[in-house]
Amino acid sequence: MPGGMAIVGAGQCGARAALTLREHGYDGSVTLIGDELHLPYERPPLSKDVMVSEAEPVPRFVADRQVFADRSIQYLTGTRAIAIDPAARSIRLTDDRTLPYDKLLLATGAAPRRLPLPAADGSRCAYLRTYDDALRIRGAIGAGAHVAILGGGFIGLELAASVRKRGARVTVIETLPRILTRGVPEEIARIIDARHRSEGVDLACGKAVAALRDAAGGVEVVLTDGSVIIADLLLISIGAVPVAGLAEEAGLAIENGIAVDAHLRTSDPDIYAAGDCCSFPLAIYGGRRVRLECWRNAQDQGTLAARNMLGAGESASSVPWLWTDQYELRLQIAGLPDEGKRLVRRDLQDGAFILFHLADDGRLVAASGLGTGNAVAKDVRVAEMLIARRAKPDPAALARPETKLKSLLAA
Amino acid sequence: MSSNWIEACAADAIEQEDVIRFDHGGRTFAIYRSAEDDYFATDGLCTHEQVHLADGLVMDDIIECPMHNGRFNYRTGEAKGAPVCVNLQTYPVKVEAGKVLVQLD
Ligand SMILES: Cc1cc2nc3c(=O)[nH]c(=O)nc-3n(C[C@H](O)[C@H](O)[C@H](O)COP(=O)(O)OP(=O)(O)OC[C@H]3O[C@@H](n4cnc5c(N)ncnc54)[C@H](O)[C@@H]3O)c2cc1C
Ligand code: FES
Repeated sequence: MPGGMAIVGAGQCGARAALTLREHGYDGSVTLIGDELHLPYERPPLSKDVMVSEAEPVPRFVADRQVFADRSIQYLTGTRAIAIDPAARSIRLTDDRTLPYDKLLLATGAAPRRLPLPAADGSRCAYLRTYDDALRIRGAIGAGAHVAILGGGFIGLELAASVRKRGARVTVIETLPRILTRGVPEEIARIIDARHRSEGVDLACGKAVAALRDAAGGVEVVLTDGSVIIADLLLISIGAVPVAGLAEEAGLAIENGIAVDAHLRTSDPDIYAAGDCCSFPLAIYGGRRVRLECWRNAQDQGTLAARNMLGAGESASSVPWLWTDQYELRLQIAGLPDEGKRLVRRDLQDGAFILFHLADDGRLVAASGLGTGNAVAKDVRVAEMLIARRAKPDPAALARPETKLKSLLAA
Repeated sequence: MSSNWIEACAADAIEQEDVIRFDHGGRTFAIYRSAEDDYFATDGLCTHEQVHLADGLVMDDIIECPMHNGRFNYRTGEAKGAPVCVNLQTYPVKVEAGKVLVQLD
């Protein structure tokens, strides 16, 4: 009896892959293995709605139990894969079971980078990745509390906005001289910085944590400049690391996560990897190897990996795209801004604007748009199509508000 | 069948191959103009999350949701695949004297 398809990691990406296998008519066995207890759910609301909703929050599931049942997807919750035997094509699970596979997908995601201080594991410190993490933090950020947040990246700042909405005091500590250094143009970071300050968030940039100490009912955060912040809770959001241990122990190639080729295949031809856990070559940037941590990538790669497990042989071609919400502001970024050498600004209505990132040769390589709600969505979407086509749009046309971006697609 | 036609907007208030939002009676709708100058109307919110489709991009017969790129055929309301799986409600539309009229139930 053939082993069928096994998927390790039941997040956005793994769940999407399982559903895609069935959508494409695969009728062998599909087993989805996840170490969390919930049905597969989406993470973006964890730092946003889940923190601030007045009603008791519920996870936003990728699909409900019935959908998995109807499609005969065997979903093992609370189960970890602990070893892969690539030669035997089988995986070992925490319940001591051995599961054979024909093709295996690793969609193990990423985990919060830990602060290398013993006290960071204390009860007054928290990391955010799972729904259970989110519930715990939600319970601790009520009005009157003082919350310190380490890390001025997307998740740290989304948390800052949510904590302010809940009425607690917020101090954000960022080691680098400004917030959002990774992939966000300074012009946009400055506006987001000002928006946080206008809400009363205390932003301390250029400071690192030297030590953590327990304090009466809280935690003392000692900074490298000698100053001390006393908080009820310290949220540590200093990035994420790919979950690749299982792959590494199985001897698969590792390079900033599980290394895959353009078809999302690992160094073992029967094992694929997708989503936050893998790095892959992006053809539109000359094969540059990247690892993305965003919703759309998890969705797209879950779909693509499933298709390729069924033999489609397609290459990853989507343009990276992500969004972040802070207060009423939404930032959307398509492409890789650090590929750009020159910025062209296009102003839209009500203060919304887009920065187009152009390479030396005039090629559009990224677009960063900031506005209220979805004010920039249409234009960023067209920019994404231009990026995919490796277009070299006329910078003056991009900047002119009267230019319909769609018209540039025809050029 | 009611014959309750509501004026939504001027026909030239929507660009070709584009969409605008129309709110009426506590509900929200999306009104489309195709590249061939045909007009259509659907519910205004995506069936995945409560996101206004009028902020999305129209390409040919497709409206693409601005949030997670869920796609619908705006002529028929048909959901075209993950993450959207529930079709959109559509409404009859006619153009008279330069006005777009929608028949809401
Ligand atoms: C708080 C937060 C907010 C976010 N907001 C946004 C946003 O606004 N916009 C955006 O674009 N992206 C956002 N993201 C990123 C997005 O959620 C991720 O890119 C996406 O979740 C990645 O999906 P994945 O399936 O690859 O990994 P994950 O969602 O991490 O899923 C992997 C799963 O595999 C499980 N697993 C790992 N190892 C094993 C094993 N050996 N056995 C069994 N199970 C295992 C893990 O426990 C986990 O459940 C956010 C992420 C977080 C954490
Ligand atoms: S809200 Fe429309 S696709 Fe998700």
